[in-house]
Amino acid sequence: MTDPEILRHTRESGDFSRLLESVPYARFIGLECDRFGDDLIFRLPKKEENLGNPILPAIHGGVIGGFMEMSAAIYLMMSQDSMRMPRIVDFSLDYLRAGLDRETYAECRLTRQGNRVANVMITAWQKSRSQPIATARAHFLLED
Amino acid sequence: MTDDIRLNRVRRFLETLNQARELGLTVEATGDGVLTMCLPYSDRIIGNPDTGVIHGGAITTLMDTTSGSVIICALQDFELCPTLDLRVDYMRPAEPHKPVFARAETYKITRNIIFTRCEAYQEGGETIANCVGTFMRIGKEATPKGYRDLITGGEE
Repeated sequence: MTDPEILRHTRESGDFSRLLESVPYARFIGLECDRFGDDLIFRLPKKEENLGNPILPAIHGGVIGGFMEMSAAIYLMMSQDSMRMPRIVDFSLDYLRAGLDRETYAECRLTRQGNRVANVMITAWQKSRSQPIATARAHFLLED
Repeated sequence: MTDDIRLNRVRRFLETLNQARELGLTVEATGDGVLTMCLPYSDRIIGNPDTGVIHGGAITTLMDTTSGSVIICALQDFELCPTLDLRVDYMRPAEPHKPVFARAETYKITRNIIFTRCEAYQEGGETIANCVGTFMRIGKEATPKGYRDLITGGEE
């Protein structure tokens, strides 16, 4: 994650594939990221291995959490030009709708950045941004 | 309900969750309203390649699964209860190459809501993370009978 060359490449090109390829857990759940101008949209493509509830079927709540957590960390790293993955302190997650077996999206917002701690808000949705499947907020420790 | 029945129900439930199988989650111990699960270490869930520390997301999934499954150990009949919310506090990174355990309990059960607490730790006992969760009771009839029978093994 700290390979400066990969981070530079990501920042310059907006191509996140090499960065995400270098983090096993991102590959494990299939996380992807696209940049539109300054905005980042994180994507979790439909993946059978990510399912929990087999009846609906629905994505495992933990995977949705992991997806949002990792999205927030990458977003924060990119927004503060940091070379390190920030360390998560806590994570509070509200499940609003079942995450069905389809592509899921997430976007993040930096609510507050202090000297040592940052607060990030994350929203995840599937069919429509106006109908989120989960919202979360997380605190990260900014390493110096 | 005996611990054997609880153990079998939780094992069968876990078996139906793709992501739990992918992570290799196993049931360690069950009791009345308590449950311990284990997440084995794997290179595939590393979050920081420099240190080999696994990603918080895998811990979140371990804790969500343990907190959701402890409900099976607390209720007489099997009910599928969706997660309303989870709050995870990370105390310290998990030590690489060692399994992480999670022990959950239901500390309050009402007609509509189940409140859970869960602690993730490693051998030696140092806490990795704490988690509180709330789960919604949608009633046992909301879960198809075929699936309920699959978990309870017909009738126990």
